[in-house]
Amino acid sequence: MLQFVLFTLIVVSGTGGELCVSRAMKQVGEAERFSPSAIAQFVCRALRIRWMWLGVSMMALAFFALLGALTIYNVSFVVPVTALSYGAGAIGSAVFLREHVSPTRWLGVGVVTLGVLLVFLGSK
Amino acid sequence: MKDDTAGGKPGSQPRLKTILFIAIMVVAGPLGNVLLSRGMKQVRPSLWPLDQFLATAFHIFAAPSIWMGIGSLITFFLANILVLSWVDYSFVQPASSIGYGVSALLGYIILGGRIILLRWLGIAVICTGVFIVGRTAPRTTKVLPGAPKLVEAELERS
Repeated sequence: MLQFVLFTLIVVSGTGGELCVSRAMKQVGEAERFSPSAIAQFVCRALRIRWMWLGVSMMALAFFALLGALTIYNVSFVVPVTALSYGAGAIGSAVFLREHVSPTRWLGVGVVTLGVLLVFLGSK
Repeated sequence: MKDDTAGGKPGSQPRLKTILFIAIMVVAGPLGNVLLSRGMKQVRPSLWPLDQFLATAFHIFAAPSIWMGIGSLITFFLANILVLSWVDYSFVQPASSIGYGVSALLGYIILGGRIILLRWLGIAVICTGVFIVGRTAPRTTKVLPGAPKLVEAELERS
């Protein structure tokens, strides 16, 4: 049960947090100037949106769940599970952000997930 | 349908600034992790008693690698949110996974690790996946008209 909770938090909360941040950035609008003051203003605008705070909080929760999982389980078990976030991200993008995830992009996401698993196997 | 998206029309290639900011992400993120890792390895952590904990904290924050790592991760986060303001999340997430390859290379160069063939194969597969994703339109959603006004509306609701 603990295992299920931790891995759900890592994948769902981590990806959900990034999706919320992405949604906040879509509301802020496109950044067009990149001077330090323009970036500071842009970040301040982003911080005024609730999605941003929700996203960062969910990402923090996922980070602590990852730390918790790494203290209990072997890293060789934890990291491959986190590769599921690529699939979750593509589904979340289509459902939550209304992005058009084309078959080509799905194929790319699948290939990247396979690559992440191979990189991990190669680091054991 | 008229496309007023920042990433371009469906089927178009990513713009230069998209490539540049994703490049910043894939270098700054792994570099930050490697620098933090190096900084933490220089410290012998002791969490108890309190004076040992404080000494550990002092040593951690006195290490230049830690500060450079934090700076790199802040750079990564800023590049991430900036690029998300004009490109799909479903484009950025797989595209930024090329950072796994950068991590392996930085680990090899800075930490002196060894990279086995399977890892190189994984990096090649990730690059292939990123190439495939890069062939798709970077942005498939419209720019929200009057986006800054939406920020104000969000504030009024909260």
